[in-house]
Amino acid sequence: MSRPTVVVLTAGLSQPSSTRLLGDRLAAAVQTAAGSRGAAVDVEVVELREHARDLTNQLLTGFATGALADLQERVQRADALVAVTPIFSASYSGLFKMFFDVLPPDSLVGKPTLIAATAGSVRHSLALEHALRPLFAYLRAVVVPTAVFAATEDWADAGALDERVARAADELVGLLRPTAQSGSPEPARTPDPLDDPDAVVPFARLLARSRG
Amino acid sequence: MQFGIFTVGDVTTDPTTGRTPTEAERIKAMVTIAQHAEEVGLDVFATGEHHNPPFVPSSPTTMLGYVAAKTERIILSTSTTLITTNDPVKIAEDFAMLQHLAEGRVDLMMGRGNTGPVYPWFGKDIRDGIALAVENYDLVHRLWREDVVSWEGQFRTPLQGFTSTPRPLDGLPPFVWHGSIRSPEIAEQAAFYGDGFFANHIFWPTYHFQRLINLYRQRFEHYGHGRADQAVVGLGGQVYMARSSQDAVAQFRPYFDHAPVYGYGPSLEEFTSQTPLTVGSPQEVIEKTLTFRQHFGDYQRQLFLADHAGLPLKTVLDQLDLLGEIVPVLRREMDALRPAGVPDGPTHAARLAALRAGTLREGVPADDTSDDAALVGAGNAAVTR
Repeated sequence: MSRPTVVVLTAGLSQPSSTRLLGDRLAAAVQTAAGSRGAAVDVEVVELREHARDLTNQLLTGFATGALADLQERVQRADALVAVTPIFSASYSGLFKMFFDVLPPDSLVGKPTLIAATAGSVRHSLALEHALRPLFAYLRAVVVPTAVFAATEDWADAGALDERVARAADELVGLLRPTAQSGSPEPARTPDPLDDPDAVVPFARLLARSRG
Repeated sequence: MQFGIFTVGDVTTDPTTGRTPTEAERIKAMVTIAQHAEEVGLDVFATGEHHNPPFVPSSPTTMLGYVAAKTERIILSTSTTLITTNDPVKIAEDFAMLQHLAEGRVDLMMGRGNTGPVYPWFGKDIRDGIALAVENYDLVHRLWREDVVSWEGQFRTPLQGFTSTPRPLDGLPPFVWHGSIRSPEIAEQAAFYGDGFFANHIFWPTYHFQRLINLYRQRFEHYGHGRADQAVVGLGGQVYMARSSQDAVAQFRPYFDHAPVYGYGPSLEEFTSQTPLTVGSPQEVIEKTLTFRQHFGDYQRQLFLADHAGLPLKTVLDQLDLLGEIVPVLRREMDALRPAGVPDGPTHAARLAALRAGTLREGVPADDTSDDAALVGAGNAAVTR
C-alpha cells in the first residue's frame, strides 16, 4: 500500500530563498497535518530553478527531456501539489509560469493544490487570488481555500504565518485520498490510441462524420 | 529502400555571413539541389508546400514539373501537400498531370499544415483540420480510381458526373504517404487505405514516434493490407557531415544555434542526443541512421533534411555529395536486413506490375469486418485486392 505523495514546487531564485523557506514550512506542515490524522505522506520539495534550462528548451523544441520529463511525471502521479512562487511585477514569476505552460494538458485535473507566494511587501498579497487561483482554476486543479502569503515582515512575526501555513496544510490533507483506499481507481480518462491501438476511432467513423 | 532529401524551402539568413538569399536564388537553388540529388544517386526529391514567408514553395507541381524535365530517374514527391486547404479536385488533377509528364516518377505526401492563419486564406478553419484531411483525401482517392464521380461532402461544392483529367498514368494513381507528427487519426487514415505513413521525427525524441508508427502498423494489418511489418513507413532525418566529427560540429554549430526551429534553446550536443539529428563523420551518420530500423522496424523510405537554417547552396551540394557516398552503404545494409515479404520503397513500375498481377495492397479495405464498415459508402472499391 503506497503512501500518498505530495510534490512541493518552489520557484525561488536565490539560494537559500524565502520562497524555498515557505515551501519547506508547507512541506513540514503537510506532514504534521497528515500525522495528526494518523496518516503519513511522502513529500518532495523541488526547486524549479534546477529545471530552468530544460523549461526554456521545452518551450522552444516542444518536448521535455531528462530530469524535467521525470519531474512532470512525478507531478502527474502526485496525490497533491503545493505551488510556491515569488511575486514579480504583481504576479507569479516567469519561471513558475513556464513550468505550467509546458506541463502536458490535463496533468492537474482534479489534483488537490495549495497555492503560496512570497514578496517583499504585503501589498502583493492578493496576487495569490487574482493571478495564481485563476491559473489553477484554468488547469482544473482543486485549490484549497486558504492561500499562504509571506511578506518580508511576516518572517519576523511567525505566529500568524504558522497558523496560516497549518490551516492551509490541513485543508490540503483533508482532500487526500484515504490511505486505506490506496490504489483506488484513477479518474476516468479517455484511452490514448497511441498507448492502446484498440482505442483508435475507426476510420469509417471518421469518414461518416464528414458525410454527416 | 529509398533514400532522398526533403526541403522546406525556407529563405533564411546565413548566420555566418548575414546574407539572405533572394526568393529567385532560393527557388533556383532548390532546382539545383534536386538535380544534384539525382546526380549523386539519391532516389527521392520532395518539396514542402507553404503559403507564407519566409518560404517559397507555394506551387509544388510547378516546381516538380520543371525538375521532372531536368532529371531522368529521381522520384519527385512532396513533404507535404496540404490536403486541408487545397481543393481535392485540383490535387487529383495536378498530380495526375505531373505523373504523365514525369512518366510515373511521382508520389506525394499528404499533410494538414500547422500554420493557423493559412487556413482562412483558403476559406478553411484549422479546427476542421482532421475532418478536412479525411473528407478531401477520400475524394482524391475516388477521383483517381473512378472515371465518373458523383460526390457530396461538407467542405466542397458537390460533384455530379465529374471526371478528373488527365486520368492517372497507366490507370495507377500516384502512391500516397500520409504525414503526421502526432495525430492517431492520420495513422488510422493511412492504414485504412493501405497507403504509406511518413513520420517526420527529426525534431522529437524517438519514443513518441514509435507509438505512432506502431499504431499505423497494427491498423494496416487490421484492415487486411498485409502484416504489420509489411506496412509502408517513411522517416525523416537530419544530418550534417564532414570528414571528421570535429569539423562537422564546428561547421554546423552556428547554423544550429540560430536555426528557426530549435535555435537559442538546447545545445547541439543535447539535441543530437535527444533527436535523430546527426552531426558528424559519414560513418557516424551511417551508424545513427541504422538505429532507425531498430526503433521503427524495417522501413521503405528515408528522407534527409539538407538545405535549411541558411546553409549556403555550395554547402548543401557538398552535403549531397557525402550523402551520395553513404547511401549505397545504407541501402545495402538495410536491404540485406529486410526480411522477405517486406516491401521495398514504392515505385510506379513495381506497383504497376503488382496492379497487373492483382497483388497491389493499396485501396479501401473490401473486407473490413468491423461494425463501422457499413458506414463507408458504396463506390469505394479498391483498385484491386
